Amino acid sequence: MFDVLSRMVHTGILTDASATDRLQQQIRSVLGRALCIRQVDAGSCNGCELEIHALNNPYYNLEGLGIKFVASPRHADLLLVTGPVSVNMEEALKRTYDAAPDPKLVVAVGDCGACGGIFGTSYATRGAVSNVIPVDHTVPGCPPSPQAILDGIFQVVRSQL
Amino acid sequence: MHMATTVLDRTRTLLAGNIAGERIAANAEEWVASATALHGAGARLLTLWGTDDRDRDRCFRIYAAWLHAAGLVVLEHAIEDRTHPTYPSLAELFPAAGRMERAVYDLLGIASTAPDRRGWLRHNGWPEDVFPLRRDFDATRQHAVQSLPYAYVEVEGDGVHEIAVGPVHAGIIEPGGFRFSVVGEKVLRLEERLGYTHKGVARRFQGMPQASGHKLAARLSGDSAVAFSWAWCAALESIAGVVCPPRAAALRGLALEHERLANHLGDLGALGNDAGFAFGLTQFSRLKEDLLRLNAEVFSARYLMDFVVPGGVAADLPRLASDRLYALYAHLELAAAELRSIYDEHAGVQDRFRETGRLDRDTAVRLGALGLAARASGIANDLRADHPWAPYDRLDAQSAGQNGGDVAARVQVRFDEIFESLRLCRMLLAELPEGPVRTAVDAAEPYGMGIGVIEGWRGPVAMVLETGPEGTIRRCHAHDASAQNWPLLEYAILGNLVPDFPLINKSFNLSYSGQDG
Ligand code: SF4
Repeated sequence: MFDVLSRMVHTGILTDASATDRLQQQIRSVLGRALCIRQVDAGSCNGCELEIHALNNPYYNLEGLGIKFVASPRHADLLLVTGPVSVNMEEALKRTYDAAPDPKLVVAVGDCGACGGIFGTSYATRGAVSNVIPVDHTVPGCPPSPQAILDGIFQVVRSQL
Repeated sequence: MHMATTVLDRTRTLLAGNIAGERIAANAEEWVASATALHGAGARLLTLWGTDDRDRDRCFRIYAAWLHAAGLVVLEHAIEDRTHPTYPSLAELFPAAGRMERAVYDLLGIASTAPDRRGWLRHNGWPEDVFPLRRDFDATRQHAVQSLPYAYVEVEGDGVHEIAVGPVHAGIIEPGGFRFSVVGEKVLRLEERLGYTHKGVARRFQGMPQASGHKLAARLSGDSAVAFSWAWCAALESIAGVVCPPRAAALRGLALEHERLANHLGDLGALGNDAGFAFGLTQFSRLKEDLLRLNAEVFSARYLMDFVVPGGVAADLPRLASDRLYALYAHLELAAAELRSIYDEHAGVQDRFRETGRLDRDTAVRLGALGLAARASGIANDLRADHPWAPYDRLDAQSAGQNGGDVAARVQVRFDEIFESLRLCRMLLAELPEGPVRTAVDAAEPYGMGIGVIEGWRGPVAMVLETGPEGTIRRCHAHDASAQNWPLLEYAILGNLVPDFPLINKSFNLSYSGQDG
């Protein structure tokens, strides 16, 4: 146990405090509670997921911002969708979208989610997420940095003010 | 092995690639006999793919590649029946071939003799009489999805019930289907259904300029971008007869080890978390982020999607990068050593890791396990040690090895590999050759074939490249060791409890996108 404590002390607090506070306030003023996000990989190469995962590390400290990932679309304020939407995921994506409560905010993450990326559209892909469900905001990049994804989420939240 | 029935002892063509290999033509009988001989000799199936060559010699072709002591062997079987192209299945000998054969059928309409005819990559998103890799396929056409249920194998018995999961999962994970047959909470059977992220990569490659293929290769699986793009470039360079400059080879090695480190650090955190030890996730995800941030400084990107390019790498290290890198390695080494003893001594964590998701050596051998998962079940295999290519040919990389076959063993392999990777990184940096980091690669001759095989963090990734006229790609087949290793998970889960599935699954952490293609 001592090891664990000493490592914790050693690591300290890594999050950038002022930016965090601002975002947290905005989320609270819009929702009055934590923002719930459901992530949907609709066919990505997994690169975008890695950067979405990074949002949970102590540098970005998503939970501390008042944002959490939820397991069901029914509890989601926002869907964070990566693409390109594969033909084999088209139906599952639509179903997830239908299950989400209004206002069904959708952020399409990555070049693939935004425009189809290097895969484009083909017999196997529908390309951009917006070809399958309505999208409120896109975050380009391959993969986009965690900061860019956070900014994207932030923009959509602000648009609801 | 009978001389009259196997071709292994005669006609051989050298195979272009980064590790030694030979290519052997076989008729249907020889196809089976040679595969049997290879099986007997302990060769491991690397990949299996098909081609439509009707435009050239009115044939379809089926290929299979094996890894064995001397390197690679590729068997090539031309199929003359163009109406009902068929070949003998290898799935009885090499169980992993079963799904690969189903994938070949979905893309090319070349059928194996195996009884399982269910679509693997095709989930009724295109008509069943349309084959995307046939040369007369209309690539611009989009088809409506026809929603039909998948015929999972039914398990009958008293008190058995089914739990279906996916394709969308609860966490931030790639999509896939899992069907558990359980009694109480105990798993009697697991059947996977993959293919959800199939993006038609092989078709996308077709006709693409050779000069840009590495970009698509890197995006087969974002967590293995360096491995795939390197394999692709190795295939192209071997056909074009280009040798990547020594400094570039060393930098590729550095990038590949960074990729291994990043994934292992991420996995170790997630595994701790799945075992109820959130502290592990906090610590390891922080270390991973430290590495990615330094990647952004020295390689200009957190994830090296476009670093490995034909003929070398995109850019040299910036000035003073070595100091920053050495400092990072020291930081990671210290922290990983400390965290390893914390994990090792944490009773709760060890209780979850030990004896959970055990895959014994015999099963792993029979299923043809490769890479990290095989190394945790007592099978020594690591291309960096067994068939080293530049720069590994001067590094004496040590393969990790554990015998337990459980989650604990897969955790230990990751720890061992972190320390070995750090050693390799330091060596690469200390002995970084002078000189250019890129050389020109002219358009390769048409109809050449080359294979790049690179030991990614999960195991070998392979890129088979066939060149077309005027600097284009005629055919490219990508393979991730996940294809072999997904069936291992179906065995490792047996007799375990359903709630342990996320932990066991994470301990393998196989690629969906890499297998779906
Ligand atoms: S944008 Fe890049 S990282 Fe994201 S899914 Fe597409 S190829 Fe992968």
